[in-house]
Amino acid sequence: MFPDSFTVSISKPINDFVDWLVVNYGDVFQLFSDSLLVVLVAIEGFFRDAPWWFVLLLIGLVAYGASRSLRLALGLVTLSFLMGVLGLWDEAMQTLALMLVATSIAVLIGLPFGVLLSRSDKTRLVGLPILDAMQTLPSFVYLIPALMLFGLGKVPAIIATVIYAVPPIIRLTDLGLREVNKEVLEAADAFGATPRQRLWKVELPLALPSIMAGINQATMMALSMVVIASMIGNRGLGQEVLLGINTLNVGRGAAAGLAIVAMAIVLDRTTQEYARRVQISRGET
Amino acid sequence: MTCIVLDRVSKVYGREVEKALTLSQDGLATSEIRDQTGTVVALAETTLQVSAGEVFMIMGLSGSGKSTLLRLINGLIEPSGGYVSIDGTDINALPAAELRALRRDRLAMVFQGFGLLPHRTVADNVGFGLEVQGVSSDERHAAVSNWIASVGLDGFSSALPHELSGGMRQRVGLARALATGADILLMDEPFSALDPLIRREMQDLLVGLQKELGKTIVFVTHDLSEAVKLGSRIAILKDGQIIQVGTGAEIVGSPADDYVSAFTEDLRA
Repeated sequence: MFPDSFTVSISKPINDFVDWLVVNYGDVFQLFSDSLLVVLVAIEGFFRDAPWWFVLLLIGLVAYGASRSLRLALGLVTLSFLMGVLGLWDEAMQTLALMLVATSIAVLIGLPFGVLLSRSDKTRLVGLPILDAMQTLPSFVYLIPALMLFGLGKVPAIIATVIYAVPPIIRLTDLGLREVNKEVLEAADAFGATPRQRLWKVELPLALPSIMAGINQATMMALSMVVIASMIGNRGLGQEVLLGINTLNVGRGAAAGLAIVAMAIVLDRTTQEYARRVQISRGET
Repeated sequence: MTCIVLDRVSKVYGREVEKALTLSQDGLATSEIRDQTGTVVALAETTLQVSAGEVFMIMGLSGSGKSTLLRLINGLIEPSGGYVSIDGTDINALPAAELRALRRDRLAMVFQGFGLLPHRTVADNVGFGLEVQGVSSDERHAAVSNWIASVGLDGFSSALPHELSGGMRQRVGLARALATGADILLMDEPFSALDPLIRREMQDLLVGLQKELGKTIVFVTHDLSEAVKLGSRIAILKDGQIIQVGTGAEIVGSPADDYVSAFTEDLRA
């Protein structure tokens, strides 16, 4: 037995801290929660209210814009059409909205942190273990406090999804920036570029393929969170899976699972083809 | 008129700066100093003056410190000792923003590996320096087309670097440097990566442009025929020290030591 005298309880201080947050800053979190909800509801409303063919057209256009391949665009539109055929159109639109919002937030957070990590080896030394922890910590561990702070529903679902999806963006932004050709960087300095000009005109564009790979991974990780997100009250495809499990309705779960796979392929192909096209246009493959 | 002055400039990587410099003055080779002190002398107490409008060649084998010397002139590398001045201004005493302004407006650089932005078209690469200067896109456009024409790249404005041959890429690099209007050009073995025929073409292009433009050029090379063809004066660098400075005729006619004469052998033959 491990001696009792060596043990330290960290659960009480953490509980006290969360309680203290809820009591003193509950309003702040509520305000944050409400504003995030407004954005999500608006986007969700857009996709759910829009005619199904319009959404399919939109998916086709984005896929074509990213890949410049008519075949791929048609394939992805067909896959999306299948989500409707499975009778899960409305749920799919809710999940799609959650994906878009969560991934956008993950990009907004991930890019600056990726830049920060790439600037010095010390920040990287501190940053990487934190990213590891974010990806390995069981999501329920932070779902519970998220529930206490933000209430039940969409907002904690977004937050949990972002926490899970942001590490690959940070990692691959850092990696992409570190791999930028040294001579091109030297050229930027030799022509008197300010650090900001260098970052925006040289480093980020050159790291774009790597950053896109990060966004691609982030969307996949976000999608893998939908079932867990549904447990705290987020509707959508995840909820269908959950309901299927709870009622031992294997077919219902399978249909929702297939729809999730279809959406994963759509998001994965679109982001991946874009990254590939960027690389080809620079003669890097 | 003297434009660039290097006054006892050293660049040493490592801890034992003083000892390494003393050993270097005693004539020890870089490799021996590194073995003895763990310190690398890239450049040892070098003094040089480059006049406005001259084409000054820096020649030496790889590892002789010539690239270091070039980068000391635009402050990409900070000296361990001595100072570098341009038109009487000690550039290492300048605050970061002013040093950047100096590079932006007065110093342009051409690289051995071209250093082009792979995601930008030829025109946008050529306009990079102007963009950094804050020139509006309309003004930039006119200047860029002019320079693209002067380096013989008409019709390639919207090509991407990877679609061009090595020689054409270096034309872009040259146009980018000229477009900024800088009066000092630093050229780091710009033609070394090109095959001999293209290299000659590029040398002729530079000679032609220089006749019109009269820039101050510091040009690093390891090819003596290139140095003699382009340079008004040549400095020979060995183990971080200048062995000889003179016109092409002086270097070829009366080499200071065996190292220099080894270089000149091919030309005299």
